[in-house]
Amino acid sequence: MTCTEFLALLDDLIDDEVSVETRTELQQHLHGCEHCEVTLSTTRKTIEIYRSHQIYDLPAGLRERLHAAIMARCKKGC
Amino acid sequence: MATIQPIAGELEPHPDVALVERVRGGDVSAYDTLVRKYERQIFRIAQHITQNREDAEDVMQDAFLKAYEKLEQFQGNSKFYTWLVRIAVNESLMRLRKRRTGKMVSIDEDIETEEGSVPRDLADWAPDPEQNYTQSELGKILEKTIKGLPPGFRVVFELRDVQGLSTEDTAEALGLSIPAVKSRLLRARLQLRERLSRYFRRKKGAEK
Repeated sequence: MTCTEFLALLDDLIDDEVSVETRTELQQHLHGCEHCEVTLSTTRKTIEIYRSHQIYDLPAGLRERLHAAIMARCKKGC
Repeated sequence: MATIQPIAGELEPHPDVALVERVRGGDVSAYDTLVRKYERQIFRIAQHITQNREDAEDVMQDAFLKAYEKLEQFQGNSKFYTWLVRIAVNESLMRLRKRRTGKMVSIDEDIETEEGSVPRDLADWAPDPEQNYTQSELGKILEKTIKGLPPGFRVVFELRDVQGLSTEDTAEALGLSIPAVKSRLLRARLQLRERLSRYFRRKKGAEK
């Protein structure tokens, strides 16, 4: 397997959507390719960081104000 | 890390279906539950597209009000949240068009870019690299990094990787084909990785 072929399957590997046979081939490639190993681990880390440190979170006060405004208008029939 | 997989042969009605039915029957408190459940996610999607806090607040309110008005049109064959996201995306794009007159902004426009398609920065990252930054610094880095991506990439990444929607639901919410979602997700992930490497790569023989 080449690095290009590995990269084409990177998302399926991360999302756990590869067959057992393909997974074995991918793992064999990883054992001999430090570049692809780094690409995989740092891409996984990228997703993990964005998932655990959610940006654009609404502060509680603002959330309540917006929520109240939405519900007030819905109760009036918008 | 939890993996995200589509649920095959999903037959159980989604819990939102009962809430939507109650709203249709005149129970506004059921809508209150739906708003509480999804308001933060809708706000984030609006921020990713508009890149403007006030616009995102307006979009969030308008999207929920429009969804309430149009609830009769909601077909049970799609998920309520997917339908809501579609409304929020359209509201966000409308607001952007108002603000940037003459400049078209689109989610379905494919961006031809080679950036990130071949990883260039191949240095490994420090272990738990985010711990080298304060929460506030990290938040700024993550915002600055994702802002550099095209809007369509940002929203696909947010829906698939941050909010955990399936590829199919993301495609439906954004009006994109499944291959288009997959292609954008791969490029978004690789571009974010490449850009974050500047901050997170292992420093040789020195602390940050």
